[in-house]
Amino acid sequence: MNLSFFILIPLLTLIGIMLVNGKTARVVAFVGSLLQLGLAIFLLFAYMQERGTGNVSSVLFEETHPWFSQWNINYHIGVDGISIAMILLTSVVLVGGVLVSWKMEYQPKEFFFLLVLLATGAFGFFISLDLFTQFFFFELAVVPKYLLISVWGSGKKEYAAMKLVLMLMGGSSLVLISILGVYYYSAVGGVVTFDLQKLAALGFSHEIQMFLFPMMFVGFGVLSALFPFHTWAPDGHSSAPTAASMFLAGISMKLGGYGCLRVAMVLFPEAAHEYAPYIIILACIGILYGALVTVKQHDIKMMNAYSSVSHCGFVILGIAMMTKTAIVGAVLQMVSHGVMTALFFAVIGMMYERTHTRMGDQMGGLLKVMPFIGTVFIIAGLTSLGLPGFSGFVAEMTVFVGAFQVQDLFHRSATIVATMSLVVTAVYILRAVGISLWGPIKNKEFELLPDATWNEKLAAIILIASIIIIGTMPFWISDMIAKTTETLFSAVIK
Amino acid sequence: MSLLNYISMMRFELFALGVIIFLLLVKIFSEKLNTSFILGLINFSLVVLLAASFIGHPHGSVFGGMFLNDGTIILEKQIITFATLLIFLQANFWLKKQENCLEFCLLLFSVLIGMYFLVSSGNFLMFYLGLEMATIPLAALAAFEFGRMRSAEAAGKMILSSAFSSAILLFGLSLIYGTTGSLDFNEVSLVFSSSSALQLFTLAFVFVGFAFKISIVPFHLWTADVYEGSPVAVTSFLSVVSKGASLFIFMTVLYRVFPIAQETWVHILVLLSAITMTIGNLFAMRQTNIKRFLAFSSITQAGYILIGVTSASALSMASVIYFILIYTFSNICAFTVVSIIANRNGKEDIGDYKGLYKTNPLLSIAMMLAVFSLAGIPPTAGFFGKLFLLTSGASAGLIVLLIIASLNMVVSLYYYLRIVKAMFVDKNENPVEKISTDVSAKAVLVICIAGILVIGFISFVFEYIHSLSFGI
Repeated sequence: MNLSFFILIPLLTLIGIMLVNGKTARVVAFVGSLLQLGLAIFLLFAYMQERGTGNVSSVLFEETHPWFSQWNINYHIGVDGISIAMILLTSVVLVGGVLVSWKMEYQPKEFFFLLVLLATGAFGFFISLDLFTQFFFFELAVVPKYLLISVWGSGKKEYAAMKLVLMLMGGSSLVLISILGVYYYSAVGGVVTFDLQKLAALGFSHEIQMFLFPMMFVGFGVLSALFPFHTWAPDGHSSAPTAASMFLAGISMKLGGYGCLRVAMVLFPEAAHEYAPYIIILACIGILYGALVTVKQHDIKMMNAYSSVSHCGFVILGIAMMTKTAIVGAVLQMVSHGVMTALFFAVIGMMYERTHTRMGDQMGGLLKVMPFIGTVFIIAGLTSLGLPGFSGFVAEMTVFVGAFQVQDLFHRSATIVATMSLVVTAVYILRAVGISLWGPIKNKEFELLPDATWNEKLAAIILIASIIIIGTMPFWISDMIAKTTETLFSAVIK
Repeated sequence: MSLLNYISMMRFELFALGVIIFLLLVKIFSEKLNTSFILGLINFSLVVLLAASFIGHPHGSVFGGMFLNDGTIILEKQIITFATLLIFLQANFWLKKQENCLEFCLLLFSVLIGMYFLVSSGNFLMFYLGLEMATIPLAALAAFEFGRMRSAEAAGKMILSSAFSSAILLFGLSLIYGTTGSLDFNEVSLVFSSSSALQLFTLAFVFVGFAFKISIVPFHLWTADVYEGSPVAVTSFLSVVSKGASLFIFMTVLYRVFPIAQETWVHILVLLSAITMTIGNLFAMRQTNIKRFLAFSSITQAGYILIGVTSASALSMASVIYFILIYTFSNICAFTVVSIIANRNGKEDIGDYKGLYKTNPLLSIAMMLAVFSLAGIPPTAGFFGKLFLLTSGASAGLIVLLIIASLNMVVSLYYYLRIVKAMFVDKNENPVEKISTDVSAKAVLVICIAGILVIGFISFVFEYIHSLSFGI
């Protein structure tokens, strides 16, 4: 299986979008994203098959081509269980995003171009094993967001877009410094390289790890809304157009989590251990604070934006707990939250398009007028509060079980604090569902609103199907992640 | 050495000389000028020269070591020539309308010949000659639009500040001659010692001289005014060719003449680099005129380039030249858009660019790519250029400088995005009307965009530059 297709197909899609006129762009984007989804599923089976034949090497389908040989920069790609989960997530959300923006009237060509460009960055990031290449794709997935939000967004979009890009680039500059630091110290160690595997095998000394780990972790952490660097998330998510919000919360925040886990922890295991308590504290604050602030929101898009901060806190918590179960839970939470939040933003976008308001208390009784959209909203809500049968339950439960396995007062109390947020989640989700969907129809104009169109239905069905697949039969994916976790984090797991 | 060897070795200089003589003769003998024909001829001959420069490898030295030629020098001359060609094409539309088109070409070629000698110099005397030859006609060029007060002011500022810096440089050179008894690069480097206070003193003077040319803070004050006042073609020449050539010879002098004092100048350069990028950034944020804005952005870029200069290895030299090449593409691209718009309606404010995408989508996209390349955002070549500079800094262990540089890059993104925002996001009631771009400017845009998008991915370019570079 040739992994380069994951970059080639989006590139061809981009060229296709450039060549066609106006609205045809959406067809090209849709076909491209479907192909990508098919390829991702094919990759999953190929991976399982390869593992089934007893191939135990940590990374499969590796491919290396020298790029800038003077710097030892290689185009080095490969996948393991964690990256496959991320690739699946990205392709599902991409299809959903393209479908939801099907009716995009304003400059559709540019819109789809930027959306697919973002996806190219994300795919490249998840498959690369060379820090330079990875950083290239990482930054590729940041700047197009500025245009997406400031041109197609709503509300105080220009402020939000600038804030988001500057904060994310600030994070990425921290990542860059730590990458350069790694490169420098690898040169001192005699192996001048950007290669993730070689660097991990090199084993940096304690001081170097203590110096570089915080920069890299915080740098990636900014993307996954690590408290106190989360402030871009509510503004950015709530101002972005629907598809961009889906992408931002569904995939971009996972770039951060993946970077924290798959790069920072692999490179600096010792430092990760030492800093873990601080990270746990930050994660707990983020989880609880995010949830409490969400309760205060009347704008349902803002509500989901803040709840993303809370949910991504679970990812960081799981990573920092450093047990096998907790790490598996963190990855599951990334996938689950990615799909769930994409669904949530999609359905909020559908409601906003019809009612032209995002204030929950101005809606009411919408379930009667648009049963499909209402049901999807409820499903997304229930996934968010962790109802069994949906993916949210599986992921959060795994994180909590994994976290509780660490037997000391600090970790246990941190876990308890984190679980408390579930109650708060129930408060805001159930209230939002109650005031916007149930009860009498407050606004007479809403009585004539149409229900979902075919494209919206299709997007919702694809996303809900992924939620239910993970929620009801999680073992194929959790086993895949667990095997990778064992090999990758043998130095870290307690 | 045979005559043929001389010709082969000095082909760039002889070519420029030939063009100058030709233009003078034309001026004397022809009554009515066909400017488009002359400009076409110049462009064509520049292309021929570029092609001819790849034939043979005339390395060596003439005039008793005064004039050197090796692979790196030829490469730098090729970059200079290429950039000049792009600038001629960019200015084609504007030049045709000028009464004194011929004088413009004459002056530009005099500058060019100075640059060639500057880059090739192996002796401080030749170096100084080249520098002056490259500067004084440039000041005349800055004053080219007689009608505009700004233009005259720019020329005045330029000639005064460059005279000032030349004086300081000359004083430094005289001290070098006084303490070492020679002006030859090799001989000076043999005698130069970092323990002699007087000799280290000369280093400071030489630095000041260079700092003026490359517009390094605190010697940058002339830059913004001169950039704003000069015609766009001259501004692009100043920011690309002049800066590139000065940086190149700066590296050569540091690596060839003063390797012994490396410890001293590394400290100076780290400091200058940090100040330059920070000050450049802070000032760029507040600019409303696009030429002034690009002036401060180019000061910031000079700060980044100094990271590569400081690292002093063959790889870092390659990164600097690579960066200069990429910077040439991006800056000329930006200036071409500026000149296309300024030539039609004289609009030079960032506010005038509001809503440009609605009326001129292609110009906006070109500008956006240029700006992204300057900001170092993938997939543009600027990303690679900047990362290589930083990586060379990392190999030299300049961690503090790297932290300052990467924070500055975040800050710079803010003002580069302001331009993008103006073009793509902001609404404007009377935007720049639709402009039909002339063919030659279009060609420049196409070449530059291709360069911006392609050079980063093709490792061949970097490999080629690296094969010619040297360090300490």
